Amino acid sequence: MSATQARVAPPESPFRRALRQFFRHRLAVFGLVVVTAFVAAAVFAPLLAPYDPLQTSWTLVRKAPSAAHWFGTDENGRDVLARVIYGARASLMAGVVAVTLAALIGVPLGLLAGLSGGWTETIIGRVADAMLAVPFLILAIALAAFLGPALENAMLAIAITASPVFVRLARGMALEAKNTDWAEAARALGNPPWRLALVHVLPNIIPPLMVQATLSIAEAIIAEASLSFLGLGQQPPSPSWGSMLNSAQRFLTQAPWMAIYPGVAIFLVVLAFNLVGDGLRDALDPRSQRR
Amino acid sequence: MAVWLLRRIGQIIPTLLILSVLIFALQQLMPGDPALILAGEERGDPQVLAQIRAELFLDRPLPEQYVRWLWRALQGDLGFSWRIREPVAVLILQKLPVTLQLGGMAFVIACCIGVPLGVLSAVYKGRWPDVLVNAVALAGISTPNFWLGIMLILLVSVNLGWLPPSGYVPLFEDPWQSLKTTIMPAFVLGNAISAVLMRHTRAAMLNALSQDYVRTARAKGLGERVVVLKHALRNALVPVVTLGAIELGRLLAGAVLTEQIFTIPGFGKLIVDAVFNRDYPVVQGVVMVVAVITVLLALLADVIYLLVNPRLRHA
Repeated sequence: MSATQARVAPPESPFRRALRQFFRHRLAVFGLVVVTAFVAAAVFAPLLAPYDPLQTSWTLVRKAPSAAHWFGTDENGRDVLARVIYGARASLMAGVVAVTLAALIGVPLGLLAGLSGGWTETIIGRVADAMLAVPFLILAIALAAFLGPALENAMLAIAITASPVFVRLARGMALEAKNTDWAEAARALGNPPWRLALVHVLPNIIPPLMVQATLSIAEAIIAEASLSFLGLGQQPPSPSWGSMLNSAQRFLTQAPWMAIYPGVAIFLVVLAFNLVGDGLRDALDPRSQRR
Repeated sequence: MAVWLLRRIGQIIPTLLILSVLIFALQQLMPGDPALILAGEERGDPQVLAQIRAELFLDRPLPEQYVRWLWRALQGDLGFSWRIREPVAVLILQKLPVTLQLGGMAFVIACCIGVPLGVLSAVYKGRWPDVLVNAVALAGISTPNFWLGIMLILLVSVNLGWLPPSGYVPLFEDPWQSLKTTIMPAFVLGNAISAVLMRHTRAAMLNALSQDYVRTARAKGLGERVVVLKHALRNALVPVVTLGAIELGRLLAGAVLTEQIFTIPGFGKLIVDAVFNRDYPVVQGVVMVVAVITVLLALLADVIYLLVNPRLRHA
């Protein structure tokens, strides 16, 4: 392409510009690579895992890492590497499902609150504020406790706990949008409020929503690991990083490798989601350039 | 200012009321009949079940149950533990000092790490110390607290044998031993918010360093150290302190897992044990108390902000 052609080319679309911005952010790209690797590990776990994650063995109880078992074996002789790979399923599922659910609960309520105003807004806003007043993990533990110990219930508990952030985000954007000239014009043309919400406000919310969702996934993964660590998430013998750390704690002196690898996995995946979230924020919102 | 304070307190009341409704509603999520759990061996006896239901007002309509529950909670009566048959309020009061000691130490540690690193990062903005500090903060945020605790036990207690891996000695019984049992969990807990404090400090310092009074101080020929530490940092600390007060609520949440790992008999251990024993009144009580503390801390933060910032006092 010659220089003259480049000059007359139409301006870059916002999407492409954001994409270019994102890929200039080296750490964010690193985060994306790590996230992709973990997603691949979760999806192709049966192909990647060297052993069956549930296969116990009396002769292999708590063996140190070796050529046959890279990450060692656990208290039931199960391969730790296989369990870490399969554990990615519980963690990523919990993170993605819980946050999707949280957004599906939070965004419509937030839009409703922001656009309707009055009592609806007061009530929704107050409930969201009240929920945000309880520290995240405490609320999630309480909800999971009352719902009963199971991975599905842990996800639901995390989703409910994470939803007020999305309510607040959507409400703020809706309020901001409501007072713009174009919203005024759309209303004057006779658009009903729901159309205003879906066609005019929602697309504007998508960039900050993506950023928030990515950062929320990081938080949700830690929350799932914490709940599973407490026995409120994934139930044994199914592998999950949190519950692996729970049993590892009892064998710290004899089998430290059991405690190291699941933790490294949580750390890496959470770090990666945080990096992608930061990268997305810088790429999508030119106002929030942090540096 | 008095008017502002009253209005601010007025805002808290609906928040707390809604919270109480939500926490009361938790009960309804519970699978099964609480009377059945409480009756234990006698669960086949309809008379016992009826008696339990009558005593706990479980046979009344929900709104009435809620009002009774709230009325008693307002008087400091959070019900009784199903497991240990003791008032929930007493249990919480017993455990709270332990967690407060832990939280206090954690907060001091977090400030000692977060504030200097934040200043460093702001002063060297964009250069390698800033990049390094930001990387450390990001790693800190991404590390699951309980895993950090396990790794520290592995390193410090198992391999080096310097500190006991678990247990707790009350502060007034043996201060030295108490310090030895709490310093590791306090560090773990502090680590979680030191990264947040660092980011707040960095932002506040960057703001302060761009102000006119800093330029004036520099123009007067003051040394960079005086400018940074005396002029900029003093002003930057205002938002940091207020945001720090809000972070204390996060400490309470972090304490849940940290106390579990280091077997410290505090607030967090109380809620976890209660969860396992299906001791629901204790779970509700702990959540309510934590929520009230968090809301009050946010209020405190606003008041401090107002007190240390004279420009806002008459606004």
